[in-house]
Amino acid sequence: MKSRALRRTALLAGVATTAIVLAGCAGGADAGDSTEGDGPVTITVATFNDFGYAPFIEEFMKENPDIKVVEKISGGSDESRENMLNFLGQDSGLSDIEAVEVDWLSELMQYSDRFVDLTDPELEGRWIDWKQSQATDAEGRVIGYGTDIGPQGIAYRADLVEAAGLPSEREAFAEYLGGADATWDRYFEVGAEFVANSPTGATWFDTVQGVYMAQVNQLENAYEENDGTPIDLEGSDVEEIFTTILEHGTEGGQSAGVGQWTGDWDAYYNKDDGFATIMAPGWMLNIIKDRAGADFAGWDIADVLPGGGGNWGGAFLTVPTQSKHPEEAKKLAAYLTSPEVQLQLFLNQGTLPSTVEALASEELKGATDEWFNNAPVGQILSNRADAVTVVPYKGASYKKIHDVIVNGMNRVDVEKTQGIDESWDQVLSELGSLN
Amino acid sequence: MSSTTAPAEPASRARPNNDGGGFRQTLAKWDFKASPYLYIAPFFILFGIFGLAPLIYTAWVAVHDWHIIGGQGDFVGLDNFTAILGQAMFWKSVFNTISIFLIATIPQLLAAIFIAAALDNNLRAGTFWRMGVLLPFVAAPVAVAIIFSNLFGNEFGLINNILQSIGLDPIRWTGELSSHVAIATMVNFRWTGYNALILLAGMQAIPRDLYEAATIDGAGRMRQFFSVTIPMLRPTIIFVVITSTIGGLQVFDEAKMFGGGGGGGGGIGGADGQWKTITLFLWEVGWRQSNLGRSAAIAWLLFLLIVLIGALNFFITRRISSSGGKR
Repeated sequence: MKSRALRRTALLAGVATTAIVLAGCAGGADAGDSTEGDGPVTITVATFNDFGYAPFIEEFMKENPDIKVVEKISGGSDESRENMLNFLGQDSGLSDIEAVEVDWLSELMQYSDRFVDLTDPELEGRWIDWKQSQATDAEGRVIGYGTDIGPQGIAYRADLVEAAGLPSEREAFAEYLGGADATWDRYFEVGAEFVANSPTGATWFDTVQGVYMAQVNQLENAYEENDGTPIDLEGSDVEEIFTTILEHGTEGGQSAGVGQWTGDWDAYYNKDDGFATIMAPGWMLNIIKDRAGADFAGWDIADVLPGGGGNWGGAFLTVPTQSKHPEEAKKLAAYLTSPEVQLQLFLNQGTLPSTVEALASEELKGATDEWFNNAPVGQILSNRADAVTVVPYKGASYKKIHDVIVNGMNRVDVEKTQGIDESWDQVLSELGSLN
Repeated sequence: MSSTTAPAEPASRARPNNDGGGFRQTLAKWDFKASPYLYIAPFFILFGIFGLAPLIYTAWVAVHDWHIIGGQGDFVGLDNFTAILGQAMFWKSVFNTISIFLIATIPQLLAAIFIAAALDNNLRAGTFWRMGVLLPFVAAPVAVAIIFSNLFGNEFGLINNILQSIGLDPIRWTGELSSHVAIATMVNFRWTGYNALILLAGMQAIPRDLYEAATIDGAGRMRQFFSVTIPMLRPTIIFVVITSTIGGLQVFDEAKMFGGGGGGGGGIGGADGQWKTITLFLWEVGWRQSNLGRSAAIAWLLFLLIVLIGALNFFITRRISSSGGKR
């Protein structure tokens, strides 16, 4: 009798366990963070690198006690993109606000109906036109609020440049590269001169990847036509740029040959045999400072970019439709991209605002940076923003194509496993198997 | 189970005042027949949910165009498979995976057996040493990978610094074979101790009188190890080899983290794919190129490869250890 009772209990337990397991599976997906009763609403903000939002989120929570904000910072833009692609497809798992980088924004624009339309009459004309148009879809829905933009100047090691006998003073350096008419040919010419004369064996730039990025952002249609069809890159401008940079970089010895965002790259910023120049959008300034160290002196920034102006990067804050609190999220996104916050972020860490008001402000134009030899960074970067005349078209395949090409450059420059022609051939064949 | 249930049956039948006797009896009978299956059911249900269903669903995805956001597209038959098999990068990733697997597994198993043999002795504070070898396994793989990636840095890595300080040329760790060695080192760091403990458990199950008999026959330590321990360890070795095969062919974290962040081929197994493993390629196609259909096809090809190599391994280890047993 006893054994039977036991057995029946066991049987029941078995069934119950199974049921719990099954229920757990079914219920798991939806049991998200929607369980606030009357307490504050929690919204999450996902960014990458560091947008510097922490103090402003504090501020926002003080003013809106009914909203609790949690910031999630991923390792980098690529990681955020993968996360976004993954969970946008699943229709759950994303934060209420997701930061999106301009290079892969268009990829998401194909599915713009999965984002909340952030159109707000009050915010009409808040952003500069080209920034605003990037996040507006064909039906006129605004899916993202612009954060920063990335017009580039050239940050350079004045000490190394001087040691090589070139003009090292900010304006003279810019003038030496050609000033407003600077060309890439001239840039590589000066590079050759620098490399030949540098007593420490320093290189001219960090990696071909960075220089390529600057050049490709000056092309209106680098990889795709305006309707999104990929361009045959054989014999294109891109091939020309690819080959030229690699020739100067590797055969000419102008590139340090370190991959961007690697430990080796980090370590080169304060070395005597490091690199002399790097393409520098506003957001790069803090990165340079961090890597070189607060005590290091020698870096400066010049108001020049070969080939005219150019923009590298810049992000948007979007609200996916899967957000449970789109209203609150929209409110926070609008606050975080407001002219006041953007201006403060610029003063804190050099990310250049994308709002008309902040860009025009006297405070921005008057800002100098002690670490960069007291350079008038505000004036320089806003000049650089004015110099941007081309808004490159970036369609749904932009990022995928770009990755293949950058890999091709790294094979020659960083890993030195292939020659230029061989690598380009592989780029073409890999592009062929993309779709 | 059955021995306890058998006498219970007549007992219930013998009870006279039992209104639901017939029902009870069928219930008992049903209980007797069905409950063993229910006891083992949780495993099969879990396997069905987390093993079989994904496998079948992956096959379904693999025969369709499938965008990571857009979801299911047209049925394309085996197109995804032919596209993948036609890509040079796929074969390269297969080569890399097998190369890393071999470089990692062979020294790892040899080391694990010798470590286990050492731990099998009467050590002072034996538990301490046994726990000690498991410590690397506790470390998160990604953390291990980050630390080792720094050690193996091309320009400023510790290992190259040491090489240079004793007058040797630095090694370019992002090269074809050197990167495989670096990644295999990370894998070994984590798994050697783990396998050693499993082998140790196998060794401790070997009857001690075999050793006594061997000693009486005049066999030395080495002789005992090769003629008693290794043959008796055969089932454990087969188990370890098979689990290492499965694990080794799925190397991901270490390869993903090696080489640093987004530049210079870090994160995708090298700009040239020098250390792109199959799983890394699978991830790249699915998540970087948003093509889940092809990604699923790679998953299935990997599955087939694991089954194939697992079977091969099984026969080889059987052969080796059984010939050892006859000796």
